[in-house]
Amino acid sequence: MAALDRRHVFVVTLLALFALLPIAAQLADQPFYIGQFRRILIFAIAAISLDLILGYGGMVSLGHAAFFGIGAYVVGILNHHAAEETLFLGLLPGSRNVLITWPLAMLVAAASAGLIGLVSLRTSGIYFIMITLAFAQMVYFFFVSLSAYGGDDGLRFPGDTVIAGLIDTQDDIAFYYAVFAVLAGVLYLCQRMIESRFGLVIQGCRENERRMQAIGFPTFRYRLACFTIAGGIAGLAGALFAAHESYISPSIMHWTRSGDLIVMVVMGGMGSLIGPVVGATVFLLMEKLLPDYTEHWPVVFGPVLLLIVLFAKRGIFGWLRPREHRRAAP
Amino acid sequence: MQRPDALLEVHGLTKRFGGIVASDELSLAVPEGEIHAVIGPNGAGKTTLIAQLAGEIRPDAGTIRFAGADLTHLPMAARARRGLARSFQITSIFRGFTALDNVAMAIQAHDGHSFRFWARARSDPRLREPARAILAEVGLDGRADMIAANLSHGEQRQLEIAMALATRPRLLLLDEPMAGMGREESARMVELLRRLKGRETILIIEHDMDVVFALADRITVLVYGRAIATGRPDEIRANAEVRQAYLGEDDHA
Repeated sequence: MAALDRRHVFVVTLLALFALLPIAAQLADQPFYIGQFRRILIFAIAAISLDLILGYGGMVSLGHAAFFGIGAYVVGILNHHAAEETLFLGLLPGSRNVLITWPLAMLVAAASAGLIGLVSLRTSGIYFIMITLAFAQMVYFFFVSLSAYGGDDGLRFPGDTVIAGLIDTQDDIAFYYAVFAVLAGVLYLCQRMIESRFGLVIQGCRENERRMQAIGFPTFRYRLACFTIAGGIAGLAGALFAAHESYISPSIMHWTRSGDLIVMVVMGGMGSLIGPVVGATVFLLMEKLLPDYTEHWPVVFGPVLLLIVLFAKRGIFGWLRPREHRRAAP
Repeated sequence: MQRPDALLEVHGLTKRFGGIVASDELSLAVPEGEIHAVIGPNGAGKTTLIAQLAGEIRPDAGTIRFAGADLTHLPMAARARRGLARSFQITSIFRGFTALDNVAMAIQAHDGHSFRFWARARSDPRLREPARAILAEVGLDGRADMIAANLSHGEQRQLEIAMALATRPRLLLLDEPMAGMGREESARMVELLRRLKGRETILIIEHDMDVVFALADRITVLVYGRAIATGRPDEIRANAEVRQAYLGEDDHA
C-alpha cells in the first residue's frame, strides 16, 4: 500500500510540474520552453502507448513510430486539402477541425495497427521484432514515395488549427494545455484499462501465454486488441505532433524513431505508464541540451543510457520504488 | 473398451515424431467421476498424450471425443472452455502475479469474455471470492498475497492444481502433479488428490506407484505409445504382460 501511495504522489507531482511549466517559462521569460515541453508531452503519449504493448503485453514492437506517423499524416493531409480546397482522392474534403481530424487520425492508425497486428502477432520473439520493423519500413517508404504530399521532403501546411472554436493551436500556451489534458486523459484511461479484466489478460499473456490458453483464453484476439489500441493512441500522439509542427515528413516514422520510443519506455520504466513519461522527458531533454555542451554528445548519451539500464533495471521510475512491491495486488 | 457413457473417449490416437511413435493407435475411455491413471516408463508418450488431449499437439490420426462432442480439431483455449483443465509437468504459473491473482485469472477465463476495460478486476468479488475459496481448498489460504515466484516448489504445484480447479473443469488432466516434490510436499498433494476423488473426473500421469495404486479407479499402461493394458489396479497388478514390460521385479507387482 505504501508503494501505491508513493506512486500516486510521484504521478501527481510530475503532472503538477508539467502543469506549472508554462507559467514558469513565462516568468523566466523563456517561452521557447513551452514548445519544447509540448513536444516532450506529445512523445510521452506515444511512449505510453508503446508501454501498453511492450511493458504490459511483452510485445517488443520495432515499428511503433509507423502508427505515430500515420496519425500525423492524416492530420497533415486533411489540413493540406482544407487549405487548398481540394478533395482527398477526389472524394473527401479536407478539414481543419480537430474534432474531425484527431479522431480520424486515431481511427486510421488503429486500423493500420489492427491489420499489421493480424499478421505480426502470429509470430513471437525476434520474429515479431523483425516483422513489425518490416511493416514499419513499408509504411515509411510508402510515404517517401507519396509525391502528392511532398514525398521525402514532407509537407508543410497552414497551422491555424482551432480546437472546437476554443483553443487555437497557434496560441502556444493554450495548445500546451490541450496536449497536457490529452496526456492526463490517456494516462488515466490506460491506468484503468491496465487494472481491468482486459488489462490482466494482457499481462497474463506476457507472463505465460501458454498458461493463458490452457485456462481457456483465446489469447490472440486480446493481444490484437491491445496492439490496435496502442496503435490508435500512437496515432493520436502523431496527430498532436502534426499540429505542433505544422509539418509532416516520413522522417517521423523512420525506424530509428521506433527505437527512440523503445529507449524512452525502457529508460523510464516499462510497465508503469508513468515511467515512459519520465523516459520521454529525460530522453528529449538530453537530446536537446547535450549538443549545447559538445558536438560529440552521443558519446555522453550512450553511456548514460547504459548506466540507467544497468543500475535501474526497471528504469528511472522503477528505481524510485521499493523492489518487493512490484506488481503486488493491493 | 469404448463405453457410450464415458466423459472422455480417445480412439486410435496416433502421433509420430520422425521415426518415433509417441502415440500408437491409442484408445482409452474415462467415465465421469473416475480417476484414471496413465503409467509407463520414461518415453512411453504419456506427456504427448496429455498434450494431444489438451490441444497443444495435433494428432496424426485418431479422434478425441469429450462430453459427446468431437474435440480433435479444437484449439487449446476452446477445449479449456468446454471443461478440460490441465496442470503441467513443469510448473506453469504466472510467476509475477500473486497466488490469488493466478487463481482469479483462471476464474476470469470462465466468466464471459474479457473485453472489459473499465471496472477494476482486482476488486471484483465475482473473481476474488471464488479464487480465495479455491486457494483455501488446496491449502494455500495463507499465501494469497504472495508473489507466485516466491512460493516454495510444492506450493507452486498446489497453485497449478488450484488454477485447474478454478476453471470448474469436467475433466482434470494432471501431468505428474508430484514431480520434484519432497516427501512432505508429496503427502500434502496426495491428501489433496484424495479429497478430489469422487468429486472430479481425473486423468493423471504419475510415477509414484504407491499413489497410483492407492488413488486410481482404472489404470492404463503405456509402452512405446501403445496401451498394453487397461484395467482396475488389481487387474493391472496381476497382468503378466505389464509385469514383464513395466513393473518388472518391483515390490508392487
